[in-house]
Amino acid sequence: MSREKQQGRREFLKTSAAAAAVTIAPGVMLHTLSADAAPRTEPVTDKVRWGMLIDANKCADGCTECVAACDKENGLDLVDMPEGADPSLWERQRPRWIRQVKLKDNLSGRITNLPMMCQHCEEPPCVDVCPTGASFRRADGIVMVDRHICIGCRYCMMACPYKARSFIHAEVAEKLTHTPRGKGCVESCNFCVQRLDNGESTTACQEACKHQAIVFGDLNDPDSAVSQALKKYPSVQIRADLKLNTGVRYSNI
Amino acid sequence: MKKTHFSEWGIESPRYWGMLAVLGAIVAIAGGAVFYMEHNGHWVTGMTNQVVWGIPHVFAIFLIVAASGALNVASIGTAFDKKIYKPLGRLSALLAITLLAGGLAVLVLDLGQPGRLLIAMTHYNFKSIFAWNIYLYMGFMGIVAVYIWFMMDHRMKPYYKPVGVLAFLWRLILTTGTGSIFAFIVARQGYDAAILAPMFVIMSFAYGLAVYILVLMFAFKVDGRDIGYAIQRRLKNLLGVFAAAVFYFTLVYHLTNLYGTENHAYEAFILRDGGIYTLLFWAGWVFVGCLLPIGIVYHPSLGKTRGGLIAAATAVILGGFATMYVIVIGGQAFPMAMFPGKTIVASGFFDGVNGQPMLYSPTLAEFLLGIGGVALVLLLTFIGIRMLRFLPNSLSDEVADPHYTKS
Ligand code: SF4
Ligand code: SF4
Repeated sequence: MSREKQQGRREFLKTSAAAAAVTIAPGVMLHTLSADAAPRTEPVTDKVRWGMLIDANKCADGCTECVAACDKENGLDLVDMPEGADPSLWERQRPRWIRQVKLKDNLSGRITNLPMMCQHCEEPPCVDVCPTGASFRRADGIVMVDRHICIGCRYCMMACPYKARSFIHAEVAEKLTHTPRGKGCVESCNFCVQRLDNGESTTACQEACKHQAIVFGDLNDPDSAVSQALKKYPSVQIRADLKLNTGVRYSNI
Repeated sequence: MKKTHFSEWGIESPRYWGMLAVLGAIVAIAGGAVFYMEHNGHWVTGMTNQVVWGIPHVFAIFLIVAASGALNVASIGTAFDKKIYKPLGRLSALLAITLLAGGLAVLVLDLGQPGRLLIAMTHYNFKSIFAWNIYLYMGFMGIVAVYIWFMMDHRMKPYYKPVGVLAFLWRLILTTGTGSIFAFIVARQGYDAAILAPMFVIMSFAYGLAVYILVLMFAFKVDGRDIGYAIQRRLKNLLGVFAAAVFYFTLVYHLTNLYGTENHAYEAFILRDGGIYTLLFWAGWVFVGCLLPIGIVYHPSLGKTRGGLIAAATAVILGGFATMYVIVIGGQAFPMAMFPGKTIVASGFFDGVNGQPMLYSPTLAEFLLGIGGVALVLLLTFIGIRMLRFLPNSLSDEVADPHYTKS
């Protein structure tokens, strides 16, 4: 099926789901939520907090599987370089939600690899500064941008301590229905929210990582894999000094 | 001291319309640049996902900062009751409005989605200092407009002082707000300093006065109006004090940064290794923006001349642009410290590999937008002084100086 065709149907499903969510809103508190994702018809609650633990020891040198998977899942591979653009400049302008970073310890020379993305801060500076409220944090901890309200001021990009956000620098011809994308708006990793809202419980990057360096799940559920792993291994938040209580944690950096 | 009379700008029509045509053409070219950038998207600019605010922000922030400073002359007359400044107040208030309008126009036209301005007006995030600034700017324009009206309308004389005081207080908050846009960005080394907000206030004094001086001298010169030495001397001394204050705050800013170990890398970048940013800091911000005008103003002979005053004001403005460039662009070019004690040796997203700064090379269209903002300021100002009585007929010593005695 062509992308265009799918679009109409999915768009319809999405709107009706949203309408249902509104009408049942008063009763939401009565729903019991499993540790798994809520189906789309139920509003997001704070019973779940999505989070991630990344083990830098397991992350393999030179591997970019997670990046490729994210690009595909979220349609970033569909963003073409505009005709006439300078390729080296365009590299700096094209959007990226997740990236590979290789670190060298200044004293020991030890090398570590890790993926970086939006850390889904509990106290997100991007949300604090956004003038319109386009940057928002869902009750389940996911920080994302409402692309209909974003005016493209890029203040959130100035404020994010992790450089997690991308501005869409050019017209995008082809896009996926679940990841709308518009020139002049800002976006960033949303933990594959379209999957979670459809009842799935993995992100594309986690699924793609053959080395099991990424564990994703519900931080509020003590039995979830991510909570268990966090209990077992020492982990850190990047720039913990800013006290943002990030949803993404790292071990063995 | 005689009573001051005001009149419309009286230059001959061809000259006036000629000026408007030139300025209008520059604004139109800027409009074309905006269309080009918005139509294509920001890939046609030098801005990237690393340097997200570019030349338009340098111009916009300069103009906005200068706007609140331009009001100073009026404030000194009203809020501090200095009689000699009173005739200067109207133009000062007009410039405050036009500078702000020019700055905001540039800011808005550089948005990724300028068409959504209405959204910005109706969706507010009250935690955002940016949103607060929108209120501050609108309020400022409103208050200053009323202030101008009260200055011009004799019936409103009793209320003129309270409005003047209110405008003065509002302008202080406004510049602090503009400075806070940066001070709130805790993640970036260059901006994480409490002194940034008061430093912006001081800079606004200097830039606003410099713009005021140039516009006043030009408007008077072409219209054959007289500015006496008494006024020139005051403006000159004031400019010298402000330039010195900017210099002082610059010193304190960098010294406190040097005191904190975590900022050493940023300081080394700006002060020593930053290439264009280091050059603009020393040559632009410090020398042209502070030392040169101080030198001219306090020079025993140069300081007394018209040319000296014009040169000093021009230097403050040029230095001001350099300052904004160092703060806005330099602060972004310096890689963020995400992993203390480690060096990033490879990255898929330009994270400052091996401590390298982010690249930024502005394009022509960005400059055209910024210059269009400046042209818009002058266009609005000239129309204003032509239509209404902003300019005193004369500022000769005889008229202006309360202590003037015919010798
Ligand atoms: S990592 Fe950046 S984009 Fe993500 S929530 Fe935190 S501040 Fe916002
Ligand atoms: S770019 Fe969009 S999401 Fe970011 S601060 Fe501005 S309006 Fe908010």
